[in-house]
Amino acid sequence: MRRLLISIPYLWLLILFLVPFGIVLKIALSDVALSIPPYTPQLDLSEGWTGFRAFWAELDLENFWFLTEDDLYWKAYLSSLKIALIATFLTLLVGFPIAYGMANAPDHWRPTLMLLIILPFWTSFLIRVYAWIGILSNEGFLNQFLIWTGIIAEPAKILNTDIAVYIGIVYTYLPFMVLPIYATLEKLDGTLLEAAEDLGCTRIQAFWSVTAPLSKPGIIAGCFLVFIPALGEFVIPSLLGGSDTLMIGKVLWEEFFSNRDWPVASAVAVILLLILVVPIILFQRNEQKQREAEQ
Amino acid sequence: MPSDHASGFAPWEDADATPLISFDGVTKRFGAFTAIDNIDLKIYPREFFALLGPSGCGKTTLMRMLGGFEDVTEGTITIDGQNMAGIPANKRAVNMMFQSYALFPHLSVADNIAFGLKRSDMPKSEIQGRVDEMLRLVQLQKFAKRKPHQISGGQRQRVALARALAKAPKLLLLDEPLGALDKKLRQETQFELMDIQEKTGTTFVIVTHDQEEAMTVASRIAVMDNGLLKQVDTPDRVYETPNSVYVADFIGDVNIITGRAAEVGEKTQLIWAEGATPITGMTGSRVAQGEPASFVIRPEKVSINKTEPEAANKVQGKVIDIAYLGNMSTYHVALPDGTIVKSQTANNRRIARRDITWEDQVWLSWTDTAGLVLRD
Ligand SMILES: Nc1ncnc2c1ncn2[C@@H]1O[C@H](COP(=O)(O)OP(=O)(O)OP(=O)(O)O)[C@@H](O)[C@H]1O
Ligand SMILES: [Mg+2]
Repeated sequence: MRRLLISIPYLWLLILFLVPFGIVLKIALSDVALSIPPYTPQLDLSEGWTGFRAFWAELDLENFWFLTEDDLYWKAYLSSLKIALIATFLTLLVGFPIAYGMANAPDHWRPTLMLLIILPFWTSFLIRVYAWIGILSNEGFLNQFLIWTGIIAEPAKILNTDIAVYIGIVYTYLPFMVLPIYATLEKLDGTLLEAAEDLGCTRIQAFWSVTAPLSKPGIIAGCFLVFIPALGEFVIPSLLGGSDTLMIGKVLWEEFFSNRDWPVASAVAVILLLILVVPIILFQRNEQKQREAEQ
Repeated sequence: MPSDHASGFAPWEDADATPLISFDGVTKRFGAFTAIDNIDLKIYPREFFALLGPSGCGKTTLMRMLGGFEDVTEGTITIDGQNMAGIPANKRAVNMMFQSYALFPHLSVADNIAFGLKRSDMPKSEIQGRVDEMLRLVQLQKFAKRKPHQISGGQRQRVALARALAKAPKLLLLDEPLGALDKKLRQETQFELMDIQEKTGTTFVIVTHDQEEAMTVASRIAVMDNGLLKQVDTPDRVYETPNSVYVADFIGDVNIITGRAAEVGEKTQLIWAEGATPITGMTGSRVAQGEPASFVIRPEKVSINKTEPEAANKVQGKVIDIAYLGNMSTYHVALPDGTIVKSQTANNRRIARRDITWEDQVWLSWTDTAGLVLRD
């Protein structure tokens, strides 16, 4: 019985992660072909062992070599990293004050504020991103507003630039930043701040020497929760970004659906995954450490 | 008791002494609720001042006003001659040891102690020395590098004390500092506190639920009730001459017999039951002829005998319960009118040799100076 229970998460991992990953890896090692599905070799089990040997012999790392030859790919990886890092930082800048405000709001306000943070999830992500097109376009609400207030005379080009991508990512992933930070701030013992003031800190010093370090686990968790999906983001750069916004998610999509080159697309995905494994492991470590500290 | 107390330390009796703290007509309200009700109080330098009272009577609120964490609704608080109105906590020469200790979990023991020093004008080079000195004072040198969650409850409490003392405040506020400790550790720490207070000359204000603790450590005790100060006096006077039935009842064990005052003079008689001889006791504050009053007497001042003794006050009754406390026994005696009076005697004989048991008819007696007649 106990063994069975322990095996459930492993089974889960196997079915939902390792098997799909194995399939993607296999495609990445194949060659593109005009067939359905569009790659070769296909594993034909009717020929038994010799069929498997033949299949095995045809797999190679060619697609991975290809990724290093065309500079599009590593540039896209780098650009994705840059955009994800900056967007994560911006989300932190916006998210921390929101979380701080929520944690310090009167008790009876908190459920409402929490609801407001979660509310956007109730509508489709795609619709919300499309709505941003309406806001950010040259004739959009934002430009109209800025012209109306007289800050600018001509509509500014915001849509189809990196700025629009940043706005999109910050908007979409904000709850992932706010909620973990809020969770740590809410647990923070108010008497610690009083103790800090008692020992000579001003309010601001107390914030930097007590609140900030104690909310670090929440900040780290929030940053990973934003950074990891932002790195592979595809919808936001393709809808809000410009033609020169280079992100690996977009490249991946184009390889799959425009070029129908599944093997190269799979190779891109495998590398993306390997890049993501590092922050995911770091994230797990952070969670682990926090749990230990709480005991 | 503190030795300077024994050697005649009593600035509150000296009209010329300047108090360190004075409350003048201080009231604190939370909305419509009055937590502190028009309090006047003076606390002198080097005092070990204890606040005692039931839960919710305003002890913590009083402390927090001294520390600068609550505003005063009415009246003024003066510390060291300076009006504290509008002065924030970080600008007061007052440090507080919080009931929950409030140690910073992300800092080591040494860094917790250094926290206040780093924000003072103490030169960097001297901070380490001061931290070491504090660690030595609370005997935690070995634990300097540990985080608060890696030490025991008693050690944490000492870190909190060291942290509050590090800046050598004029006034140290302790809110139920020993609440979390077991009895033995608590007693040790009480003596440690008194020792530290003598060494540093700091004025301590301590909140406690434990009256034994207040009696042990304090130079004076304030008994509070519902935001009011009922009595402010030395421990022995609070115990021996309480100014109200409330204080008598709150501090220690007491017998209360209600009746009517008569023959009020240096001594007063209390008419307490139809046909019974009146009880004679010392006259307490605000007793008036013919008014309702109560006679209060401590159980240890009531003697118990099987035969009729020679005494100013004596009543007969039946033993209904005996509580054996090891070194003492308390006899619960029912008087003919149903009043229960407790008598406490030292057990200087073995149980088997004692002659009073359940259901025995006994005589209770006490001298005419042993109890007090107080206005209800
Ligand atoms: N911030 C506040 N808002 C409203 N009422 C408060 C506030 N702080 C304290 N009170 C009330 O003031 C009264 C005194 O509280 P206080 O904390 O001073 O009691 P205490 O004597 O320290 O009690 P305890 O022994 O239980 O610690 C209580 O009735 C409490 O409910
Ligand atoms: Mg309290």
